[in-house]
Amino acid sequence: MRHILSLLLENEAGALSRVAGLFSARAYNIESLTVAPTEDPTVSRLTLVTSGSDEIIEQITKQVNKLVDVIKVVDISESAHIERELMLIKLEARGAGREEVKRMVEIFRGRIIDVTEKTYTIEMTGDGEKLDAFIGALDSRIILEVVRSGVSGITRGDKAM
Amino acid sequence: MSKTKKKLRGAEIFIRALADEGVEHIFGYPGGAVLHIYDELYKQTDVEHILVRHEQGACHAADGYARSTGKPGVVLVTSGPGITNCITGIATAYMDSIPLVVFSGQVPTHLIGNDAFQEADAIGITRPCVKHNFLVKDVRDLAATIKRAFFVATSGRPGPVVVDIPKDITADSCEYAYPDKVEMRSYKPVVKGHPGQIKRAAELILSAHRPMIYTGGGVILGEASKELTEFTQMLGYPITNTLMGLGAYPATDKQFVGMLGMHGTYEANMGMHHCDVLIAIGARFDDRVTGDLEKFCPESKIIHIDVDPSSISKNVPVDVPIVGDVKSVLNDLVAAIKASKNKPNAGALKTWWKQIDEWKKIDCLRYEKTDKVIKPQFVIEKLYELTRGDAFVSSDVGQHQMWAAQYYKFDKPRRWINSGGLGTMGFGLPAAMGAKLAHRDATVVCVTGEASLVMCLQELSTCLQYDLPVVIVNLNNRYMGMVRQWQEFFYDSRYSHSYMDALPDFVKLAEAYGHIGMHIEKATDVESALKEALAIKDRVVLMDFITDQTENVYPMIASGKGHNEMHLAPQRELA
Ligand SMILES: Cc1ncc(C[n+]2csc(CCOP(=O)(O)OP(=O)(O)O)c2C)c(N)n1
Repeated sequence: MRHILSLLLENEAGALSRVAGLFSARAYNIESLTVAPTEDPTVSRLTLVTSGSDEIIEQITKQVNKLVDVIKVVDISESAHIERELMLIKLEARGAGREEVKRMVEIFRGRIIDVTEKTYTIEMTGDGEKLDAFIGALDSRIILEVVRSGVSGITRGDKAM
Repeated sequence: MSKTKKKLRGAEIFIRALADEGVEHIFGYPGGAVLHIYDELYKQTDVEHILVRHEQGACHAADGYARSTGKPGVVLVTSGPGITNCITGIATAYMDSIPLVVFSGQVPTHLIGNDAFQEADAIGITRPCVKHNFLVKDVRDLAATIKRAFFVATSGRPGPVVVDIPKDITADSCEYAYPDKVEMRSYKPVVKGHPGQIKRAAELILSAHRPMIYTGGGVILGEASKELTEFTQMLGYPITNTLMGLGAYPATDKQFVGMLGMHGTYEANMGMHHCDVLIAIGARFDDRVTGDLEKFCPESKIIHIDVDPSSISKNVPVDVPIVGDVKSVLNDLVAAIKASKNKPNAGALKTWWKQIDEWKKIDCLRYEKTDKVIKPQFVIEKLYELTRGDAFVSSDVGQHQMWAAQYYKFDKPRRWINSGGLGTMGFGLPAAMGAKLAHRDATVVCVTGEASLVMCLQELSTCLQYDLPVVIVNLNNRYMGMVRQWQEFFYDSRYSHSYMDALPDFVKLAEAYGHIGMHIEKATDVESALKEALAIKDRVVLMDFITDQTENVYPMIASGKGHNEMHLAPQRELA
C-alpha cells in the first residue's frame, strides 16, 4: 500500500541525509521526497511517499521517529488529505502542433510560462495521476524535458500537524 | 553574560566540559587535527587520558568501561584514519546500545570538502552506526554540543554519539558555560509505561499456565536487575536471559533456566517453545535468539517491555506492548500484580515446573570429562569456581564466547562483557582493559580464542603502560573454532581457511610485551595454572590453553530451525 508520511525535522545540515540514509540502510523504498523550510526557519517539512505492508509502514514510522533530528511524523494517508505535485514540462510546439499543445494545456488547467518559436514550457499542478494523464495525452515525440517536484501533502480539516 | 568574563580557547572548553560532565577517563590517540586538545590535556589533571595503540582499541576499551560501570565511555581521536579506525568499535557499541561519546578531530572548517590532508567525512561515515552525531560549526556551540552528546548517548535506548570538531574550533575562543540541562524538542525518550497497558499485562501474566520470562541487555542497561529479581521471585516463574542479558538475574537461582537461543539450554528453548505467556523485557527478538520466526513461541501470548518503540513488533507481533524505561515499568508492574485480585496459578505452575525439570534432566551442557585433552568447557568451569563467579569476564567471538556464556554463571549485572550484536572479534582484550581501569581491585578476565586475540593484540602495550593487569584465557584450538564447527556441520567438513597456521609462541609474545605468559597443555594442569595466574595481581598473565580441536558448542539450533529442534551433543542424543 502507498503511504504519505509528513515529517517535521530540525532544519540542520545532515538531517535530510539521516532520513534518506535510514531508508536505504533498512531497504525501505522511497517513491518521492520533497523538503523545504517552514514558516519557522529552524524547522523543515518533508513529505515522503513510500509503500509497504502495514507492518513495514509501522516500522518505518517508528524508525523515522527515532531519528534524533525528527520532531514529528504523521502518516497523512491514514486520514482525509490533499496531495499536490508540481510539474514543469518543456514541449516542442511548431506549426499545427502549437495550437494542439495549447488546447491540451487548457484542458488540464496548466499554464504556459515560457515561449519560444519552437517550444512551450508549461507549469502544472495536481495529484500524480493527473500529471501522468497529461503526459499520457501528449505525443511522446514532442516531450523535451520533464521536471516533477514529488508529492507535497497536507491533511484536510481544522487540525494542523 | 558579562563581557568581562574570561574567554577560553575551544580546546580548553573541551577539557572543562568533560570535567564538568564528570568524565574521569578518556581513551585516545593523537594526531594533527586534535593537537590543540592534546596540548590542553597535557596541562591538566582532571581527566586522565589513556593512550591506546589503535583507535579500534580505544572504542572497545571505552565500551568495556561503559558496560562494566554504566557510565558513558569516552574516546578522542584525530581526523581521517583516526575516525575511520573507530568504525568497528562504534558499530559494536551501536548494536549493543552502549553509551559512548566519540570525539573526532576534523580538518579546519575552511578546508572541509577540499580533500584536505587526513580529511574524511566523519559525519557521513559514522551516520549509519551511531545513535546521533554532531559537527561543531562554532566554538560558541561547543560546550552545549558536548552536553547534548552525553545526554543523547546515555538516555532512552543508549548508544554511541560522535562529535566531529574542526581544528579551528579548538583554537577559537569564547566565554565558557556548561549547561546543566538539555532541552531537545525532537528528542524526548519515554520513561513511564502506559498504566492501562501495565494493568493488561499484569492480568495476562497472572492468567498464565506456562509462563516464561525472557530478558535481554535492556535490563542491564536500564539498571533494573533488582526490580527484575523482585518481579520474577514474587511470581515464581521460570526466567531465561539472552547472551546480552546474562547477569541481570542471578544465574545460580533455581528459577533461572539458562541462556536461550542458538546455543541456549534445552530447558530454556523448550520452555520458550511451549510457553503460553511470554514476558519479554528489554530484549529485541534477535534472529539468533528466536530461530525461525514461523516456529517461534507458537502457543504464546506475548508481552513486550522496551524503551525503544521500534523494537516492539519488529520481528514478532506482540499482544501487549509497553513502551517505557524497564525499571520504571517493572516497578509499576509489580505494584499492579500486588493490587490484582488474581494470583499466579499455583497448580498450573507446579505442572509446568515439573515439565521444565524433565527437560533439565537431559543435562544439555554435560561434556566429556577427560584427562587426555583440555576440554574448553572445563577451563571455564574451573575459572568460574576459582573466581567464585565474581570476576568481570570479557570475551571475543566464537566458540569460546559461547562456552563462557554457558559455563560461567553470572549472578550480577555488568560482569559479562561481550559483543553480542555485531559479533566483533578483537573486542575482548581492549574491553577487559577498559573494565579493569574502572575496577582496579576486581579480577578481570578476557576469555578469547587464538584467532580473535590477535585482532587487537597491540593493546597489550596499553595494559603495561597503565598497569591494567587482566588475565587472558586463550582457548587455543588452532582453528577459528566457530567457523570450523559450521563447516563441519554444513559444508561436509571442508575446513576452508579456518585453520590457524603459523601461530605465534604466545608465551614469548606475552613476554615481549612485558607480561607473563603461560603454556598449558595438560588437563591436569588447568586448575593449578589458573590458581597461579589468578593469584598474580600486578601483572598481565596470558594463559595459552591448548584445547581439544574437535570440540563443538552444544546445544545448537541451526539457522531456519525452531526452538524445539535443537542439536544436542552426540553423546546426549544417544542417551
Ligand atoms: C572481525 C570479525 N571477522 C570475522 C568474524 C567471523 N567469525 C566468527 S567466529 C570466528 C572464529 C573465531 O575464532 P577464535 O577466536 O579462535 O575462537 P574459537 O571459535 O576458536 O573459540 C570468525 C572468523 C567475526 N566474528 N569478526
